[in-house]
Amino acid sequence: MKKRTEKVLLPLIAVFLGFLLGSIVILLTGRSPLTMFAAMLKAVSGIDLSTGQSFNPRYIGEFVIQSMPIILTGLAFAFASRTGLFSIGAEGQLMVGSLAATAIALMVHAPKAIHLPLVLLASLAAGAIWGGIPGLLKARFNVHEVVVTIMLNYVALHLNNFTILNIFGSQDRVKTAFFPESALLKDSFLEGITNGSRLNWGFIPVILALLVFSFIINKTTFGFSLRAVGYNKEAAKYAGMKVNRNIVLSMMIAGAFAGLAGAVITTGTFNFGRALPAAEGYGFDGIAVALVGANEAGGILFAGLLFGMLKAAQPLMQSQGIPKEIVGIIQASIVLFVAMQYGIQLILEKISKKKAEALEGEQQ
Amino acid sequence: MRFASALPDPNAIGTGAKTSRCAILTQLPYSRGREVAFIIEMLNITKDFPGIRANDDITLQVEEGSIHALLGENGAGKSTLMSILFGLYRPDHGKIRIRGKDVQVSDPNVATRLGIGMVHQHFKLVHNFTVTENIILGMEPRKGPLIDIRSAEAKVEAISKLYGLAVDPRAKIEDISVGMQQRVEILKMLYRDAEMLIFDEPTAVLTPQEIHELMQIMRRLVAEGKTILLITHKLKEIKEVADICTILRRGKLIGTMKVADASEERMAEMMVGREVNFHVSKKRGAPGDVRLKVENLNVKNQKGLLGVKNLSLEVRAGEVLGICGIDGNGQTELVQAITGLTKAESGKIFLRDKDISRLSIKERTSLGLGHIPEDRQKHGLVLDFTLSENFIIHDYYEKPYAHWGVLNKGAIRQNAQRLIGEFDVRSGQGGETPARSMSGGNQQKAIVAREIDRSPEVFVIAQPTRGLDVGAIEYIHTRIIAERDKGKAVLLVSLELDEIMDISDRIAVIFNGEIVGLVEANATDENELGLMMSGALRKTPNARPDSSTRGIA
Repeated sequence: MKKRTEKVLLPLIAVFLGFLLGSIVILLTGRSPLTMFAAMLKAVSGIDLSTGQSFNPRYIGEFVIQSMPIILTGLAFAFASRTGLFSIGAEGQLMVGSLAATAIALMVHAPKAIHLPLVLLASLAAGAIWGGIPGLLKARFNVHEVVVTIMLNYVALHLNNFTILNIFGSQDRVKTAFFPESALLKDSFLEGITNGSRLNWGFIPVILALLVFSFIINKTTFGFSLRAVGYNKEAAKYAGMKVNRNIVLSMMIAGAFAGLAGAVITTGTFNFGRALPAAEGYGFDGIAVALVGANEAGGILFAGLLFGMLKAAQPLMQSQGIPKEIVGIIQASIVLFVAMQYGIQLILEKISKKKAEALEGEQQ
Repeated sequence: MRFASALPDPNAIGTGAKTSRCAILTQLPYSRGREVAFIIEMLNITKDFPGIRANDDITLQVEEGSIHALLGENGAGKSTLMSILFGLYRPDHGKIRIRGKDVQVSDPNVATRLGIGMVHQHFKLVHNFTVTENIILGMEPRKGPLIDIRSAEAKVEAISKLYGLAVDPRAKIEDISVGMQQRVEILKMLYRDAEMLIFDEPTAVLTPQEIHELMQIMRRLVAEGKTILLITHKLKEIKEVADICTILRRGKLIGTMKVADASEERMAEMMVGREVNFHVSKKRGAPGDVRLKVENLNVKNQKGLLGVKNLSLEVRAGEVLGICGIDGNGQTELVQAITGLTKAESGKIFLRDKDISRLSIKERTSLGLGHIPEDRQKHGLVLDFTLSENFIIHDYYEKPYAHWGVLNKGAIRQNAQRLIGEFDVRSGQGGETPARSMSGGNQQKAIVAREIDRSPEVFVIAQPTRGLDVGAIEYIHTRIIAERDKGKAVLLVSLELDEIMDISDRIAVIFNGEIVGLVEANATDENELGLMMSGALRKTPNARPDSSTRGIA
């Protein structure tokens, strides 16, 4: 089998097996798996087979906004991963990105052409700083990035809540005042054409992020040296590359992607800063998205849309009596099957061997 | 008495064997007219890979109780053939017979059951397990629910004694030498009752002493009735230990012959397909100014002790200074300190007149320091990069490979094509071949190609031909001499004494982190060097009695 086809085929098989397993679990609960697939169809198009409800763009909008942040956190995980780092910090980077966006949105008064880019830049910068800390600690003192990023996730959560509640103030102990129009990705035009969904201009920075990711990794000398460090630190050092600098930069860029996700949520999906009772799981979804997407921009787009669709379908399934945990099971098993891809590869090879043998047998 | 089994008498066939260079026995069975029990027969094996026919109608017949060598260059198809025998690949055509019975070796477990064991070139051992734990891994003897480590240890010890392996069953792998680790691999096979042992380039990682001991072990194994298939490209070893030799070239069977009848030159010629010069012809060097100067260098090793002690040396333009010594006497630390991979504790390193001891690797490289690293997979290559990416690993940010920080794929591809052609690097898919999928020899060729192509002024070369076949060695040696003749300064570090003696102009002997000898290459011999390498003799010009290593340059 060709390497390229394998790279596409294996995740697809994993997805298929994930759904298969999910279907079996649904059968065990005494429901029909078809209900699940119907819910998924409805989640991406609004078409409801049971009630005959027709196409509704509102569902597309909602499905896309579920996908956007996890594509960005997926890019964040993948970027660090390409440099051989295992960053679990997207969650916290997202929160500080969101906080920075909130700060700029509330404190700066400027026309939209200046204000909105400023908001996005602030989220990128905050995420980069938050990602740069574990990068620096790793490069300087060889502190493991997993530990630091996990810890920083908690720091970010409490920093966010403290700042929102004590500095920006709120009436209800949950959210800040509404942002001015000039700071928002949220847009009534997009809401209008999607029948009142929460779709916003966030998809433009997401697409740009995907392009930037792919460009840096595949086309630039910087990406070349990042990949070299990721695959073989010693060889990169031998070749004269600045391994430590690459580690810090890679973590910062990864953090910037996640920080951007914070702005997309806060100024796109919502129009106010929020105090959070706990992490919302975008960071961990991002890890799954990156794994399924094989750390490639195209794969991450696909996996992000897939998981976004599942997220969007979850409440619909629940209304049909399918437990909401099913979606979690499917997501988890897709990731598991992706992690098992060597095993799947082996099985595929065995099958093709058997086929070859059968052919031989016929010839004889 | 070398062999306990019934070996064909060397004088029995080919009456003219002594006068003719050898009797090639391409017609099979080669032992026509005599009763010989073949334990392994691989008949008309053909195996295709995308773009390459790795084995083309190869027949290999191995007599029971013999040491049968499989000789061929890198990429000749030896490993493929053995992988087929071991069940890792299935042949496209041909069949395998073990003890005269047709068998289907569909996976390595089948091979193990048939009594075939393989000692891999890269050992497959768990480093923080003991010898016994490694050996029983996968087939642990039990006493109730517990592993019966005692009886396993006893069995390992017994086998070890029987074959003279002298392995301590309770030692941890990480604490024992490479040679001992290899014996653990052998024990693993014997523990599983292997009758046929495949050795894949077993001497590539060993010191001369360990090689000698391995040869004795192999003889002992055969004396106890085992059969050995030895994959190698070292003619000396074949001459020393093997009975029969089968030669492959570019996937084809060239011939099978009795080792006793064949000269090394003849075997080399058959393997490479042309005459091979074992000794590089070189003119007398014309050394110029000092290009590399090391002054009172101290370098710590991995254990935190001084691996290099107060070492000084000089390499001049247009000369090769060879550093010889037994592995682990400070060669690695010296090379890494000069090239910048390790920081020196103290001392100075001059490139021309510039002290480079505090500079980064990149700065040293751009000042004209070249380096062929000792460990090709750790330092030399990014295995998950393609060949063409590996070729530009130093210069990726420079024109023509990049413009404004964006890679120029066309220029990178062209560079790869040029180097592959010029240096005969063999790979399945050209520049797009992942380095990981290439044979060890071709990986090394790729590194040598890349480094020589940069033509650095001072060239630090460590183990340039480890694991390479004679044809490639000849080529690389010629290229090193050519660099010298261009006026480059070459510091050659090698564990192969032949290599050092062949291409060096001067030889420095390193022992325990110090230079204990400095001699002209044409005024010394193996004996003298050997004595110095073991620390029994010191010989440096202008040395005071009982001298330190100072002033040897």
